[in-house]
Amino acid sequence: MSELFRVEGLTKSFGGLAVSRNISLAMQEGDRIALIGPNGAGKTTFVNLVTGQLQPSAGQVVLNGEDVTRLGAVQRVRRGLVRTFQVTRLFSDMTPEEHVTLTVLQREGRATRILSRFHGNSEVAGEVETILSTLGLLEVARRRVREIAYGQQRLLEIGIALALRPKVLLLDEPAAGVPSSETPRIEHALERLPKTLAVLMIEHDMDLVFRFARRVAVLAAGEIIFQGLPSEVAANEKVREAYLGNYAHARSVA
Amino acid sequence: MQTALSIAIDAFAYGMALFIICIGLSLTMGLMRVVNLAHGAFAMIAGYIASYAARDLGLGYAVAIFLAIIGTIVISIPLERLLYRRIYGSPELTQVLMTIGITFCVIGITNYFFGPTLKTIPLPGSLTQPVDVGFRTIAGHRLFVVACGLVVAGGLWFLIERTSFGIKLRATVDNAAMADALGVRTQVVYAISFAIAIGLAALGGVVGAEFLPIEPYYALRYMVTFLVVVSVGGAGSILGAVVACLLLGAVDTTGRYLMPEFGNFFFYAAVIAIVCVFPRGFFGRAQ
Amino acid sequence: MQVAAQTPEIATSSSAGYRWARDAVGVTLILAAGLAGYWLFPDNLALLTRVIAVALLVLSIDLVTGYGGVATLGQAALFGAGAYAAGIACVNGVTEPLTLILIGAVAGAVAGLFMGTIMLRAHGLAQLVLSIAIVQLFHEAANKASAYTGGSDGLAGLMVSPLFGAFEFDLWGRTAYLFGLALLIVVFASLRFIVSSPFGMLCRGIKEDPVRIRAMGAFVFPVLLKMFVISGAVAGIGGALAAISTQVVGLDSVSFELSANALVMLVLGGLGTLYGALVGTVIFMGFEHVVSAINPFHWMTMVGALLIGVVLAAPGGLSGLLDRMSGISRRRKEKRT
Repeated sequence: MSELFRVEGLTKSFGGLAVSRNISLAMQEGDRIALIGPNGAGKTTFVNLVTGQLQPSAGQVVLNGEDVTRLGAVQRVRRGLVRTFQVTRLFSDMTPEEHVTLTVLQREGRATRILSRFHGNSEVAGEVETILSTLGLLEVARRRVREIAYGQQRLLEIGIALALRPKVLLLDEPAAGVPSSETPRIEHALERLPKTLAVLMIEHDMDLVFRFARRVAVLAAGEIIFQGLPSEVAANEKVREAYLGNYAHARSVA
Repeated sequence: MQTALSIAIDAFAYGMALFIICIGLSLTMGLMRVVNLAHGAFAMIAGYIASYAARDLGLGYAVAIFLAIIGTIVISIPLERLLYRRIYGSPELTQVLMTIGITFCVIGITNYFFGPTLKTIPLPGSLTQPVDVGFRTIAGHRLFVVACGLVVAGGLWFLIERTSFGIKLRATVDNAAMADALGVRTQVVYAISFAIAIGLAALGGVVGAEFLPIEPYYALRYMVTFLVVVSVGGAGSILGAVVACLLLGAVDTTGRYLMPEFGNFFFYAAVIAIVCVFPRGFFGRAQ
Repeated sequence: MQVAAQTPEIATSSSAGYRWARDAVGVTLILAAGLAGYWLFPDNLALLTRVIAVALLVLSIDLVTGYGGVATLGQAALFGAGAYAAGIACVNGVTEPLTLILIGAVAGAVAGLFMGTIMLRAHGLAQLVLSIAIVQLFHEAANKASAYTGGSDGLAGLMVSPLFGAFEFDLWGRTAYLFGLALLIVVFASLRFIVSSPFGMLCRGIKEDPVRIRAMGAFVFPVLLKMFVISGAVAGIGGALAAISTQVVGLDSVSFELSANALVMLVLGGLGTLYGALVGTVIFMGFEHVVSAINPFHWMTMVGALLIGVVLAAPGGLSGLLDRMSGISRRRKEKRT
């Protein structure tokens, strides 16, 4: 399979403090990578660097063979690099149907049109319905977002991302804040993501990581300290140290 | 040369008068993050009190200033409690609307009680005399305003940078929740800062009345000027306020002397240019 | 920058037919109210025409503030641009009323482009200050260019030709009022169409969360700039209507005071619902007419108190209040059934 996405030597410093150091990572079509790491490891900074919210101090981001390091966030989205947000960012007064419709129209370059109706737009209605039904959101399609459950809002985040027909999808803790009774629905949605899509998921829930990911990367203190199979993570000495820190030392000394 | 010098002196004194009023607004906006468009209304209240004390009651100038400051602060306390506290942390538009509302009320009520006429504050003889400063004479009042401005700037700098209250204030501004957790009574800090800001507005309103006459629509007429000065200087910065007041005072005064027919055209052109280049003002804090 | 999003139109049903029907009812109600004003207050038609002109200005603020989320205290710059453009054209021999309205709209749109380009560079407070500085700049420019604008004396002596060559602008202001009412209806219907287009939805999204809109792959600046241009055209039509109906253009049409008052009217009526803009304008100017005739300072106190009340008690304005009340009654009904 061909390489779809690559970051190389990505480095970001604020003042003298490096929060991302020389991060390199590559993804193919259909990849499922989980990026894990302790709090403060620089995961959010990494997402912001990849999506273009932040400019790196050094290194590059390559999408589909094109260097997008100097492009803004919007241009990267238009080229197929799409993210979801760790804390949902939705329009509280709009319905899920309106969110997805707006996104599909935007993808087709029709969202800035004045001389057409937004509602009852039959050309995109079919696609919107498909996306919502895949995620099990049809029954709340016409409720305001602030009235639907948080788990459903998280699903809608994924729905918006899918409506952009991404090539690479960054899921920023898709199950964060969702009550455990609703996590299976999120997991179900993740399993049904398009097969060719490359997915990079940042997640704390290790059960979810092990079930979802085919590869795991561990970020600690701004560096990738491990990349490999999920089954090898737990045994890796560096990972143990990063997570368990001094406790690990204490035991080895004792 | 004589013209240039008198423009410079007038501009400097005018800038200082602006500074005394605006620094209070700069504090509320920079430190408490409230866009208080009613700031000029408090200066106006002070002007009315001082005029009443000095002209109608025949009290001395110093007493009138003192009464004006105390009176204005007393009036502001219930307003802070009942109205301003509700809009700390609100979006700018909410703050703007609320404080425009307060301004309208202040204008309506003061004029109902004092009548819609221009209020003068008679100066004491010592300030109307010209003072010989060696190479030429300057109106005593101008010197008095400049002195007041310097004292205010120095005093504020000392208060914020060198006292324990200043430390609490800066801590509250940086992170109110954290300061609260560390035992700083942030509500009290806010209330005191607000009172200081209002007191400065009052002082500026009275001593600056020679430049910005106290009249029925004072609060509305100079609302924009004060807001603009603070935005140009950078909210919360004493140095910024000084620079902005002197600069805009100079632009304004020079324009009036040399090109009166253009009015404030250059003043606002300069403002647009400055705000476009420095959206946070000259010395604004990054947010 | 927003007081509160008031968007009842998506609340419950989203079927297109329902929306059409509701807009049709709304426009019919405005027409009915307008005609009622014509029959009820035949001696005050000049005031009513002024209300319509200002309502157009308030609608234009609703576009950028209520739908785009950009607060402005300088919208009268666009209104004034339309008024002066129409006025100057009229004095120079273009006297056909529809052409004058068109000139006003174009001038307003160009001014809106200028204003948007400058204002959208900044955010928050700086943006607000820029809006004030721009309207003051326009004011000073209009004052200075007295050869064209009449300066502080105003631009007088506008002789407008009869509408369609048949209806004279009479002394009682009947033609002007009906003309204004027709304009208002056309503009309002177009704006309802625009705010329910994809573009309108995109603007509402930008107002609530520009970061999310960018993550959807849409640029924010050009969308808001477009809204500024549309808004400028609407304000310009208002200005041109004011010029045609009063046959004078004064410096007060490009003032901070007019901008601030118009914003107050909008907030009173409710942001982000075009209906609120109309309701707010009518109530504000109606009360102003009555109260300020008694004592202008009573009027100021009243407006001030009203503003404080709206901010504290009814952030959605009057239409938000109505919406909340109807929402409660609807929920009660649903419970019963």
